[in-house]
Amino acid sequence: MHIPDGYLSPATCVAAYVVTLPFWYLALKKVDRQLNSRMVPLLAVFSAFSFVIMMFNLPLPGGTTGHAVGLGIAAVVLGPWAGMLAISIALLIQAVFFGDGGISTLAANCLNMGVVGVGVAYAVYRLAAGRAPLDAPRRVFAAGLAGYLGLNAAALLTAVEFGVQPLWFHDADGTPLYAPYPLAIAVPAMMIGHLGIAGIAEAVVSAGLLSYLQRSDPGLLRLSAPAAAAAGPVAVPEPVLAATGWSGARRLWAILALLMVFTPLGLVATGVAWGEWGSEDFGDPAMRQEIALASADQAPPAEAPRGLASLATLWRSPIPDYEVPFLPSGAGYVLSAMLGTGLVILLWLVAAWLVGRARGQPVRS
Amino acid sequence: MPEQSFVGHRHRRAGFLERMAGDLLAVLEHALVAEGLARRPGLLQRFDPRVRLFAILALIGATVAAHSLAVVYGLLLLAALLARLSHIPVGLLARGIWLSVLLFTGILALPALFLVPGEAVARLPGLGWAITAQGLASAAFLVGRALAAASFAALLILATPWPHLLKALRTLGLPSVLIVILGMTYRYVFLLLLNAHELFAARQSRQVGDLSGAEQRRLVVSGAGALLSRSMHLADEVFLAMRSRGYRGEHASLAEFELTAADWAALAIMAGALAAALAAAY
Repeated sequence: MHIPDGYLSPATCVAAYVVTLPFWYLALKKVDRQLNSRMVPLLAVFSAFSFVIMMFNLPLPGGTTGHAVGLGIAAVVLGPWAGMLAISIALLIQAVFFGDGGISTLAANCLNMGVVGVGVAYAVYRLAAGRAPLDAPRRVFAAGLAGYLGLNAAALLTAVEFGVQPLWFHDADGTPLYAPYPLAIAVPAMMIGHLGIAGIAEAVVSAGLLSYLQRSDPGLLRLSAPAAAAAGPVAVPEPVLAATGWSGARRLWAILALLMVFTPLGLVATGVAWGEWGSEDFGDPAMRQEIALASADQAPPAEAPRGLASLATLWRSPIPDYEVPFLPSGAGYVLSAMLGTGLVILLWLVAAWLVGRARGQPVRS
Repeated sequence: MPEQSFVGHRHRRAGFLERMAGDLLAVLEHALVAEGLARRPGLLQRFDPRVRLFAILALIGATVAAHSLAVVYGLLLLAALLARLSHIPVGLLARGIWLSVLLFTGILALPALFLVPGEAVARLPGLGWAITAQGLASAAFLVGRALAAASFAALLILATPWPHLLKALRTLGLPSVLIVILGMTYRYVFLLLLNAHELFAARQSRQVGDLSGAEQRRLVVSGAGALLSRSMHLADEVFLAMRSRGYRGEHASLAEFELTAADWAALAIMAGALAAALAAAY
């Protein structure tokens, strides 16, 4: 999971820094505002804890061992923003001091485990735990699921980063210059190990720690359970943390970010989606065969339906078939996904602004 | 799941608790060795920490950017040479870093010999799998880059005490609050490592016979839980201690660095090396 130096091309590393920097900046601002002078010792000590927890080798059934990243418990105890920072700081110290993960790939590692891993874990925990009381067994299950899915989301993103390397970065005779395995190999290879071993280690540690905290220190679970904290049976001790909320808006952001992350997986699948044929596809024998195969051996009409043909020229997409002409195949797909998602986010922000204005309320950013 | 790391996992044959305690100690030992080496009067140690940081980052950048195997392996040789000139035993580099890289990246790169499509240069006797020229080159790139970059990263920390490195990071534009957090994190990493080590050593001293898998898991998780509780309360106590000493969120740093002529010369040489590697790559 910790990507060493030399596995990712400079362009990928720079892209990871560009994507991760705003998250770090925003997280630092938010956490500083909410915790103020308390932030420094809390983040320092929790990062140190994350570091140490990554050293714990957990024996798993079957004789293997796996180590947890601690992203599940960071999300539960600190919330998404402080959790993201704590994991990133632990990763930085690991990279610089102990060579776990590279320096050029630091941002990619922080993006995978800190931003996406913690974000997914937090969203899953909040959804799965619902309004259950702080001491409910449901919260233990939710924490385990959060750790498992958070870590596997991080692993999937890592696999995609590996998998696009040979596609985009090779020399003239086809030699991959960085991670050599394409998506079709990188994704299964990473996911088998993480779905089967590392994810279970993370789930066991997250669920086990939650159960431990329920018994010994339930106040620490208050942050990620605002509804339960109000109604729960546990007396709230001296506040350890200020709350860092996760509004509905941010949940949407998370879903969109996930969609962006998952889009390059479309590169693995071949063929055209059923029903998404173009008018020229009806004249192509190979495509005709594919359409028939996908349509329970129903032969397609000899020509494109007249309506489709007449409408086909009505709108020319700026990026037909998600391919950008000057980029290698696949790059355009990812770029298109980013662009499309960006447009959706923009549209959504405009809609939120309009709704806010109609209701006469200020819009929270 | 082993990962590429400067800190080797030892005591493979030992019992579970002994291994845990041993691994935690290995991290502490690595840090102590690094601090000792950083005080030696070597070539790298002589330069200003900011120059050292920039130089090493430039060399790692060059390693990652280079598109020629000769440049990548040339940089690996340069790393060994720099270690020698900085009184950092090359044997330490070989045992601590190269072995770990070969065991992780080397094994990971092996299937590439057969899986990367291209021109077949040899066949595996018995199985008849074709080894491709492209596969060989891509494996050589991956291993060479990982070896050279990990060596440079190790040189940085073996030649620079952590507080100096943090000050150097400040000049890269990192916010001062982050530098303070990084400094404190490093301090508490050792406190918590010691705490965890004591926890497992204490349990080991009371343990006769082997633990079952489920018991081992319970032990690791409750150990982590105890550590988490302690950490959070420690954070509270540290905060109160800082407040009582007048901490209001401002950060000041001690000891200013000054660049000498030798620093500027080293800076120019490293910038030249980076430019040359980039020119060779594109």
